[in-house]
Amino acid sequence: MPNNQIVGYIFICLGILFDFFGVLGLVRLPDVYNRLQAATKCVTFGSAGILIGVFIYSGFTPTGFKSILCAIFVLLTSPVSAHAIARAAHRARIKLADETIIDKYEEDKELKEG
Amino acid sequence: MKLKTKSRIAVFFLAYITWILITVKFTIPSLLVGLVFSIVTAIVAGEILIITERKFHLNRIIYTIAYILKLFWEMLKANLHVAYIVIHPKLPVKPGIVKIKTKLKRDSALTMLANSITLTPGTLTVDIDKENQILYIHWIDIVATDIKTATELIGNKFEKLLEEIFE
Repeated sequence: MPNNQIVGYIFICLGILFDFFGVLGLVRLPDVYNRLQAATKCVTFGSAGILIGVFIYSGFTPTGFKSILCAIFVLLTSPVSAHAIARAAHRARIKLADETIIDKYEEDKELKEG
Repeated sequence: MKLKTKSRIAVFFLAYITWILITVKFTIPSLLVGLVFSIVTAIVAGEILIITERKFHLNRIIYTIAYILKLFWEMLKANLHVAYIVIHPKLPVKPGIVKIKTKLKRDSALTMLANSITLTPGTLTVDIDKENQILYIHWIDIVATDIKTATELIGNKFEKLLEEIFE
């Protein structure tokens, strides 16, 4: 097996590992916001890792360039969607978990609306 | 040259290079189709890429590369941190929403700051108050609740580089 294929497989395996952590966090963490944290970070890094692995595996071919483009789009769009979901959840008054210490956003919003 | 025309030309070249990279076929029909679609893209959505007249500096490119490297390093740390929390049998979370203050004013700089904060350890941007330059951040493991310490811990590592790149 050529060297670049071995490195590509290593990147793909690391990506799948981080995706696994993200999914585990999605199941185990307490509320919407904490789950979003795990989902965005790990899934962004994991998916980008898999796509970069595909690029290293296939080299400078159409497939490789497409996977690099996809990696860039995933990196740019996934934090935006996480931000939108978090804001929408807070506006829909979904409660934070019981462990929560402080919620400055709620305080400021009440001041503005009141 | 007007700013909008300049922006359209930049978008056209960007779109055409992307097309060539994803097809890698140098036949005449393929190149023609790419040309047509690049022109359509430049006409429909061409005016949003370049908004201000600014001089081109080599420094900005160096700062951009430094910023990308820093972002990747922080992302790696973020992932290991979340992995540690998720695997830990007791789930050591201490979540909450804090405020931080920022000096950045431009829309593009604020967007990049919010995205970077979302991708770094334990923090997620919930909302931006543009008039008062305040960001609301969900923090999975709170260290400090007051605005000053939180700003130092979350925002400062990116703010300087972004200030150099965008402002």
